Amino acid sequence: MTREMATEVGPAEPVAPGGRHRSVLANLGIAVVRNPKALTGACILALFVVMAVFAPLIAPYDPNDDSFAQGEGPSAAHLLGTTSYGQDIFSQLVYGARQSLLVAFSVGICATLVSALVGVAAAYVGDIADHVLSLVTDIFLVIPSLPLLIVITSYIRGGGTAVMVAVIVFTSWAYGARQFRAQALSLRNREFLEAARVRGERTSYTIVFEILPTMTGLLVANFLSAAVGGILSVAGLQFIGLGDIDTVSWGSMMHWAENNQALDTGIPLWDLAPGLCIALLSASFSLLNYAFDEVSNPALRPPGRRRRARRAS
Amino acid sequence: MPAAPAEPLLEVEDLVVEYGLDPPVRAVDQVSMRVERGEFVGIVGESGCGKSTLLYGIGRLLGPPARIVSGSVRFRGENMVELTDEELRRIRWRDYSVVMQSAMNALNPVLSIGAQLEDAIAAHERMPPDRMRERAAEVLRLVGIDPIHLKSYPHQLSGGMRQRAMIAMALVFSPDLVIMDEPTSALDVVAQRSLMLRVKRLQRELGFAVLFVTHDMSLVSHFSDRLAIMYAGQLVELGPTRELFTNPRHPYSVGLLQAFPSVFGERRRLTGIPGNPPDLRRPPPGCRFQPRCPRAFEPCGQVEPGEHRVGATDLVRCHLFARSEVVR
Amino acid sequence: MTGAGAGPGDPRAGEPRRDVILEARGLTRHFRVGGVFSRDILHAVDHVDLVIGEREIVALVGESGSGKSTVARLLALLYRPTAGEILFRGRPVSALRSRRRTLDYRRRVQMVFQDPFSSLSPVYPVSHAIVRALALHRPELSARERRAEAARLLEQVGLTPAAEVMGKYPHELSGGQRQRVGFAAALACRPEVILADEPVSMLDVSIRIGILNLMTRLRKEEGVSFLYITHDLASARYVADRMLVMYAGRVVEAGPCEQVLTDPRHPYTRLLLSAAPDPWAPLEETSLGDSGEPPRMVNPGPGCRFAPRCPLAEEICAHATPTLTELRPAHAAACHVAEREAASASQVRTDQDGIRS
Repeated sequence: MTREMATEVGPAEPVAPGGRHRSVLANLGIAVVRNPKALTGACILALFVVMAVFAPLIAPYDPNDDSFAQGEGPSAAHLLGTTSYGQDIFSQLVYGARQSLLVAFSVGICATLVSALVGVAAAYVGDIADHVLSLVTDIFLVIPSLPLLIVITSYIRGGGTAVMVAVIVFTSWAYGARQFRAQALSLRNREFLEAARVRGERTSYTIVFEILPTMTGLLVANFLSAAVGGILSVAGLQFIGLGDIDTVSWGSMMHWAENNQALDTGIPLWDLAPGLCIALLSASFSLLNYAFDEVSNPALRPPGRRRRARRAS
Repeated sequence: MPAAPAEPLLEVEDLVVEYGLDPPVRAVDQVSMRVERGEFVGIVGESGCGKSTLLYGIGRLLGPPARIVSGSVRFRGENMVELTDEELRRIRWRDYSVVMQSAMNALNPVLSIGAQLEDAIAAHERMPPDRMRERAAEVLRLVGIDPIHLKSYPHQLSGGMRQRAMIAMALVFSPDLVIMDEPTSALDVVAQRSLMLRVKRLQRELGFAVLFVTHDMSLVSHFSDRLAIMYAGQLVELGPTRELFTNPRHPYSVGLLQAFPSVFGERRRLTGIPGNPPDLRRPPPGCRFQPRCPRAFEPCGQVEPGEHRVGATDLVRCHLFARSEVVR
Repeated sequence: MTGAGAGPGDPRAGEPRRDVILEARGLTRHFRVGGVFSRDILHAVDHVDLVIGEREIVALVGESGSGKSTVARLLALLYRPTAGEILFRGRPVSALRSRRRTLDYRRRVQMVFQDPFSSLSPVYPVSHAIVRALALHRPELSARERRAEAARLLEQVGLTPAAEVMGKYPHELSGGQRQRVGFAAALACRPEVILADEPVSMLDVSIRIGILNLMTRLRKEEGVSFLYITHDLASARYVADRMLVMYAGRVVEAGPCEQVLTDPRHPYTRLLLSAAPDPWAPLEETSLGDSGEPPRMVNPGPGCRFAPRCPLAEEICAHATPTLTELRPAHAAACHVAEREAASASQVRTDQDGIRS
């Protein structure tokens, strides 16, 4: 080897105290465990997930079984009492977790995907595509989502959870798209993106594999808030009698409870228990969000110590 | 040239600055040097050598997680390390001032240059407003900026002008010492040269001392009276500039000088310095330069070299000169 | 004064030479500034002629705002030229329509970037860029062969042991090491030309030489040509055969390195030379008479752009834009005054020849 090849011999000595690299998942995990709020949220979420997955084992009865005594308060046989129709409230609660979690995750993933793709494409492709996509985003932002949600769901009667999820995503993607666009714009001058282009990568590849992976923080944050939005929107829709009120869910429980004036007739838990669960599940996602503020920054950003300000044109 | 009194303007003794706790990183390790009145001293080194930390340590500008662990910084007789914030405020800007690396970072983008100059004045002395405006205009003229720019905003000025405005701000109270942290690195070659010439001229006229940190040795070589070379947090050589260039003693200085291709003179193949600077969390035993040193011999890997005076050079930290007079 | 001795790359010679790889003719790039409806146009690059031959290192020297990085990006097809054309081995690049043809160009013309901190993706190990380049341009290799080739390339640029370096993330390497990875990625597709945009400006001085030596070694071993873009005359002289000096978007002087530096014809080149710090030169503190004020690049109009700062400026300089003219074999400058002086010098020689014979 010639002398100057000896320049970089041996294991690379890091100049920045960056140390070992951990995978993104490991980083996220550590961030959650370190943060007490996030850890609380994670535990609550885990509880509900267990509840949903093992519902048949946890719930003592079939939730739709209405053969029990009607309108009874809590007892040994019925932990939370029975509904006006003779169903076990506790079993309904346990099974109801399924729909809420399903909605939370589907809305979370779908809304985030749409926001991310639209936002990043707008920023990266630029020019006319940016103008068009931004215009569309702004239109969706301006339209009030709740009334739109109500109008659409009242037109589409029956159709189940999937339709509800679709409609909620349709009315809630725009805000996230703005954030992704802003973040992607700040990346525009990063040379590794230019390097990808000079290499010959297609635009679609660059968006999905070069830009999005640097935005895990934003992706997770968007997922969490979209999930919360999904839970609350579905619950809200079901509460006012729209959406899918025949499946067992917390929102529909509250709807029927209201209809039967549960709070006044001695079985308030029919109304309060699902309400509390909705609040707790939403809170768990929000609490998790605290951990991810940190993660979006450090491991993914290069050390800025040695920047010399000289930039050529 | 002002007559040099017996006491130096600035005397740094065994300064140690550490970062963090776990384990603490020693960014500045037992650095000692002095600056006489009206002297221009350059501090040269590469990234991570601690030169900026040293500079900010001297100026008492360090904040957590950095802290001065031990040593003293005597400025006009007073030990700055022991002064309280209130006492520091009294001498800051009047007796010494600071010019930062990038004007765009240090200047407030929403205030005019005049407003910022007046702010700087008002922060340290009570002066009637018209007198402040006068002084601001005076000091701008000193650096070659038309006072009409008192109303301009930083983004309206070119890079060179912004740096000059920074220097004007530093000279507002005619301090005895101006410390500069790479003030030209954001500028192009022509603007750099022009700025340096101006600084040198001002230094002659007003008689202040300059402590100038840079990574660019060739830039500072024409303007400094003495040069200090830092490596891995330590001062490895210190001496008159010309002596250092014609007769570098420490192997790192030798290597550094050989790493500059030149525009004039013979065209020859250079080799630079192999390897990388050490990780300061785990500095190598003995001499810190030893892993990369072409002249390392037996004691280098075990014993830390002392500081020696050799010929006209004030200080060399190297075992090769162990026979020469020990400075400390 | 004939052009018979003209080496490769003389922009004014008529005959196309077989060893020319990349050529730019009248390359121009303007940007609209100030919003969609503004009329202000920034002339980032104007009528640049440039030639890169085989096994050649050409330096493109200029300060910030001179347009040199824009030229690189135009040649790398990151921007579309507003006017002018780029020819690769004689064939115009604008004719490349299909993805296959463009990919072919990209295989032959690669780029290394200035900032070691942002030229590698922070979320992938450093082998990613190399492996992707191999996947795109050498599809005949299997996944295992790609990894082996990536390791070989890392060794070639001096990063050993390659097996260890492959899995490292950018923040675990130093700036110099990251730049070497950049070179390895550029080499992966066996290009004919590498556009190096200030590859050492952000590195420490003692590391720069290693990278510059790497470039000359790659030229010798792999036969790849370089366009070395820099603001530093000294490093340009160290590596390059020929030099082009840019100012305010135009090429103002071009020729063999040594000639341009020992006998600069354009006043801007002379200014750069006098401002270049040389620690071994005798101390002279004469003012340059120039404080480095930037030129006007928005809606500049005709005339020499250096005129406002030029000590030799004359009447004609404010009205007529000087063109790059050959003043002696292979050495050209864009300056009315220099042209006139060269013409009268050759006139004197012709007269003397006439008298002698």
